[in-house]
Amino acid sequence: MPTQEAADLIGLTRELVTKELAPPVARAEATETFPRDIFRTLGRAGLLSLPYPEQYGGGGQPYEVYLQVLEEIAAVWSSVGVGVSVHALSCFGLFTRGTEEQKQRWLPDMLSGELLGAYCLSEAHAGSDPAAMRTTAKRDGDEYVLNGAKAWTTHGGHADFYKVMARTSDDRNGISCFLVPADAPGLYADPPERKMGLTGSATATMRFEGVRIPVERRLGAEGEGLKIALEGLDSGRLGIAAVATGLAQGALDTAIAYAKERETFGKPIIEHQGLAFVLADMEAAVQSARATTLAAARRRDQGLPFSREASVAKLVATDNAMKVTTDAVQVLGGYGYTRDFPVERYMREAKVMQIFEGTNQIQRMVIGRALSKDDRGTVSVTKENS
Amino acid sequence: MNIVVCVKYVPDATADRHFEADNTVDRVGVDGLLSELDEYAVEQALQLKEKGDGTDEITVLTVGPEQASDAIRKALQMGADKGVHVVDDAIAGSDSLATSLVLAEAIKKIDHDFVVCGMASTDGAMSVVPAMLAERLGVPQVTFGSQIEMQGKEIRIRRDGDAATEVIGATAPFVLSVTDQSGEARYPSFKGIMAAKKKPVETWSLADLGVEAEKVGLSASWTQVEDTAARPPRSQGEIVTDEDGSGATALAGFLASKKFI
Ligand SMILES: Cc1cc2nc3c(=O)[nH]c(=O)nc-3n(C[C@H](O)[C@H](O)[C@H](O)COP(=O)(O)OP(=O)(O)OC[C@H]3O[C@@H](n4cnc5c(N)ncnc54)[C@H](O)[C@@H]3O)c2cc1C
Ligand SMILES: Cc1cc2nc3c(=O)[nH]c(=O)nc-3n(C[C@H](O)[C@H](O)[C@H](O)COP(=O)(O)OP(=O)(O)OC[C@H]3O[C@@H](n4cnc5c(N)ncnc54)[C@H](O)[C@@H]3O)c2cc1C
Repeated sequence: MPTQEAADLIGLTRELVTKELAPPVARAEATETFPRDIFRTLGRAGLLSLPYPEQYGGGGQPYEVYLQVLEEIAAVWSSVGVGVSVHALSCFGLFTRGTEEQKQRWLPDMLSGELLGAYCLSEAHAGSDPAAMRTTAKRDGDEYVLNGAKAWTTHGGHADFYKVMARTSDDRNGISCFLVPADAPGLYADPPERKMGLTGSATATMRFEGVRIPVERRLGAEGEGLKIALEGLDSGRLGIAAVATGLAQGALDTAIAYAKERETFGKPIIEHQGLAFVLADMEAAVQSARATTLAAARRRDQGLPFSREASVAKLVATDNAMKVTTDAVQVLGGYGYTRDFPVERYMREAKVMQIFEGTNQIQRMVIGRALSKDDRGTVSVTKENS
Repeated sequence: MNIVVCVKYVPDATADRHFEADNTVDRVGVDGLLSELDEYAVEQALQLKEKGDGTDEITVLTVGPEQASDAIRKALQMGADKGVHVVDDAIAGSDSLATSLVLAEAIKKIDHDFVVCGMASTDGAMSVVPAMLAERLGVPQVTFGSQIEMQGKEIRIRRDGDAATEVIGATAPFVLSVTDQSGEARYPSFKGIMAAKKKPVETWSLADLGVEAEKVGLSASWTQVEDTAARPPRSQGEIVTDEDGSGATALAGFLASKKFI
């Protein structure tokens, strides 16, 4: 940790997750209950605004520190970790592209910890290819009128504000970004999706039926919406990488504790080399996920380009989380396959990490494109004299 | 009104506890923290301050080794205003009489109207320091408050006993101790963490207090711990198997033997 206050912040996070998150997590996930109160508790402690500057009510913390807080949260409750990351992402466009007036007006409330944000990019037919979106925002005097449906909205129906990408022209990239308050007339949430995991996080389609938004709630210029969304995703991917690392760490800790107690053939299973090697590989996977994620975060903190590194971190951390949580089930044997132990839930939760904020195929695409533009590397051909 | 809150730095109760060769608690080689029961004292002081006119100042006071400053920092992060840390090698091994002497001399040096303590430390757990402090300071003791009300300098507390619930009143100055029923302690916030960095903490030695080293420490203590023993490991539970339909009878017999039924 770079500073004493960062170390104290991690200490506070651990105290909060142990006392407030650990007790209700299993039940809330089993009953698909969205823990709105938990976000208020975290918000009051200042954990919902860490990576934003103090002048707008943020914590002024570098990503290196913020992501470790996120990891601590996700190690106990990944739905909440995802929520904290999505909230940070929903404030992002206003912070990066809003005018000073817009920022002064809305950001302090959004970062106060009392409000929760969401962002609406995906549509039912447009996930990996968001430029295919059909939701429209038509200018009408001093207002825009939004019509369409945004799929998969994390916090959909629970959020206090929505960062919404909608089409303002027929050009493929003619997309703009809007800050929509939850109480805007004509904004409705469908019933939540019935998901495989991450059931404590509400995911719902948001319907826009003639929602009127004043022009001053547009962030950036017309046509900049997709750029704003994708820029935000670079930071969001770091958040998901940290969440996946925490999830994997939680699974690993459970597996180690079990392996020390469970005995077969007269000794604890951790003393069988074949199983110890499984745990060793899990440890290596968690450590490399964390290192890759923090390396990308440090680039961001230094103001260096980090888009490719964020995609690498998201890819490595979420693939590793899938592997580690799957192996955690293996370590617990038959018990791991039951709902009496948390590892089967971890495994279900890990799966979605490979899908949202850009599937891992899309991450590879981003990385591949960056490589093709890169001028690194030379090819040398050595001919053998015959 | 100015308030002194006494907080103790204790070994983390969730970790293993160790003793030194002289049977004193190892307070240096283990992770420690602000005694959880003292968080309630900090909370009550903060609530009393919040109900006041805003000019009140809360000083947290601890007697303990170097690392005990962690306990002060946590209380400052929760919202207390300043800290005093009494640290001196000669204090090591002090019993409650000696500890209360050091605390009392420190309190006399701090501008205050009353003192707030926890109901017990989570390590020593004698619950006697507040009463001893009141005696040494020559002020009333209002201890084990589970509900606290204050009007001007008048305090009334509710004390829940086994047989009766008492209401006790006093006029400041006094020593108050509060129980874990007095109201959940708040968490620090990140803003509190940042603010605490700028709050003043003074470190005092015995010389600063004018207390002679011979009056404190292990050798001056009236009590001496002669021996300690680790808690025996948890024994295997008894498993009642039901092979011939006699399981229920065996189970009832077991419960009866333990006086559960
Ligand atoms: C729990 C959850 C929460 C979500 N939260 C949000 C949210 O808050 N806001 C939001 O806007 N969205 C959210 N999403 C949506 C998420 O970002 C999309 O599901 C994701 O981007 C994938 O889109 P899709 O589901 O349409 O899959 P598709 O794009 O249809 O992809 C299907 C498959 O094809 C592959 N594929 C697609 N294109 C290519 C290609 N060019 N090359 C190789 N393979 C390709 C994909 O990798 C995938 O395996 C959430 C999704 C889930 C499940
Ligand atoms: C297992 C065990 C081993 C012990 N070993 C020794 C030993 O080797 N030698 C010896 O002499 N004594 C020993 N003691 C006694 C112990 O040192 C005293 O109990 C201690 O000095 C203060 O009493 P307490 O912790 O019981 O406080 P309590 O009376 O339970 O504390 C009540 C309140 O007083 C305040 N307070 C207490 N201590 C402090 C402090 N240091 N700083 C600030 N506020 C404080 C807090 O507000 C606290 O909530 C031992 C006790 C036990 C149970």
